[in-house]
Amino acid sequence: MSTFAELLLNGLSMGSVYALIALGFVVIFRATEVVNFAHASLLLAGGYLTASLHDDLGFWPALAVGVAGAAVVGAAVEFCVMRRYRGQDHSVLAIVTIGVDILLTTELTRRLGTDVLPLGDPWGDSVLTVGSVSIAHTRVAAFVTAALLIGLFLAAFRYTSWGVAMRAAAESPETAALMGVRLGRVSLGAWAVAGALAAVAALFLTVFPTPGLERATSLAALKAFPAAILGGLDSTTGALVGGLVVGVTESLATGYQSDLTFLGRGLGDLAPYLVMTAILLIRPAGLFGTKELARV
Amino acid sequence: MADSDHHADQSPHADRTHQALSVRDACVGYGPVRALRHVTLDVPEGAVVAVLGGNGAGKSTLLRALSRTLSFHGGALTSGTIRFAGRRVDGLRPERVVAAGISQVPEGRRVFARMTVADNLRAGALGSTGSRAAKAGALARVHELFPVLADRAGQRAGLLSGGEQQMLAVARALMAAPRLLLLDEPSLGLAPLMAARIADTIREINAQGTSVLLVEQNAALALRLASYAYVLDVGEVALEGPAAELAASDEVRRRYLGVVDETAAADATRALDTPPSLRRWEADR
Repeated sequence: MSTFAELLLNGLSMGSVYALIALGFVVIFRATEVVNFAHASLLLAGGYLTASLHDDLGFWPALAVGVAGAAVVGAAVEFCVMRRYRGQDHSVLAIVTIGVDILLTTELTRRLGTDVLPLGDPWGDSVLTVGSVSIAHTRVAAFVTAALLIGLFLAAFRYTSWGVAMRAAAESPETAALMGVRLGRVSLGAWAVAGALAAVAALFLTVFPTPGLERATSLAALKAFPAAILGGLDSTTGALVGGLVVGVTESLATGYQSDLTFLGRGLGDLAPYLVMTAILLIRPAGLFGTKELARV
Repeated sequence: MADSDHHADQSPHADRTHQALSVRDACVGYGPVRALRHVTLDVPEGAVVAVLGGNGAGKSTLLRALSRTLSFHGGALTSGTIRFAGRRVDGLRPERVVAAGISQVPEGRRVFARMTVADNLRAGALGSTGSRAAKAGALARVHELFPVLADRAGQRAGLLSGGEQQMLAVARALMAAPRLLLLDEPSLGLAPLMAARIADTIREINAQGTSVLLVEQNAALALRLASYAYVLDVGEVALEGPAAELAASDEVRRRYLGVVDETAAADATRALDTPPSLRRWEADR
């Protein structure tokens, strides 16, 4: 029973980190209708900045620089690449983001080489034990931070002018322009926010029990794709639920792997995609994706 | 009418210092397709001006040119000038046009269906340059004009009825406190009673000091509201004049008001009585 509780808690914690990544993914999709395949490289950029600066600056300033840096990289991608496109077809831009991803990831992995960089977080490998259940401090920190950030984001999305502009632009860019919404600013903001969220996620993907930031970190970030897709690409709620579903599924499948040996090894990596496929078969728009809601 | 000199004193071209909006020789193309050709049009301060015309006459294109949203449709203003309150507005970005005081209610209402009524109204105020107090004032005014929107503030806009959505679309445009309101087919798809209510509202908005440029296919309604009207036909101004005179003119009655004059009706009856033959090939036609 305590194994199950530990796996569940770890899964929820990882899931909240995936939710952070998926949320940025969804924000960009809603604001600009572009599927951002460069998201993993934004995450890697944020993580790399934090990892390379924490010795000189200390952890917290380094994290701040990493978050700000990833936001700037995201905004720069929007400003230098996305904005230059004059056509109408959003799938072209999605392909362009693959190119951006290759460029950024190649440069970052060249700098990383075969190193495994610690991010210098204050939690180390200490473990919190309640009754028979023990969970790493880093996992608790991940869950609390992600919950705070997501709550903050959702409140801003719902109550601020920025959020209203973002939602209006997501629904109809032309009508939003008629209302005086600056579409360029909305899309720049979306990329910056997505970058910042990804940098925070980078921290929690690389802390204990993971050894640190390495080339493979961007692969871990890819798990946010099934999270965003199974939740529904255009739904913020969907990103959260999707993230948690992926996190818990992965954690349970890995934990009970020994009972499932007839399926072979590596089930933990595979399980999120199986769940995604199953959900899409039943609900093609994802759990919370939009079906048209309108009275004619 | 355009060709009659003795009406020059009523024509809005006569007094150029009091024009809210003046469009001169505007040409618009969507790629190689010319949608507007040398359109000249004025909206005097405080007036209601109507633009009539059938489908594809260029009415919506004209409003897109004014609000600077042609680029969303691959179009551009190729020549001509647009001035508002004496200032050129034909090179501005859409948000600057809104800030200058021109708001549009787009065709088909286009409310943000997934957002609540209250958030739709907030979206309308995004382009306003006014203070927080001014925005609160605009909201109070809009709720006074459309009390139903205050009742439904928390409801999703997509679930409102067609008439309520049209009210919301007008209210949303008013949130920016415009000096000129552009209305694209506000009566489209509405029951006659609801269309009449919208018409009353337009009159009231105008009475409160906002100039109105009304684009309509429903010519009867538009000519009752407007003081001056233009008829667009395949991208050109075919007719213009004081609304009362246009409403009385045979051509407008026949083409846009669905009124058939007696000789034409008699012709039609006679045509039905005579056995069909290929008359158009005969020399006397």
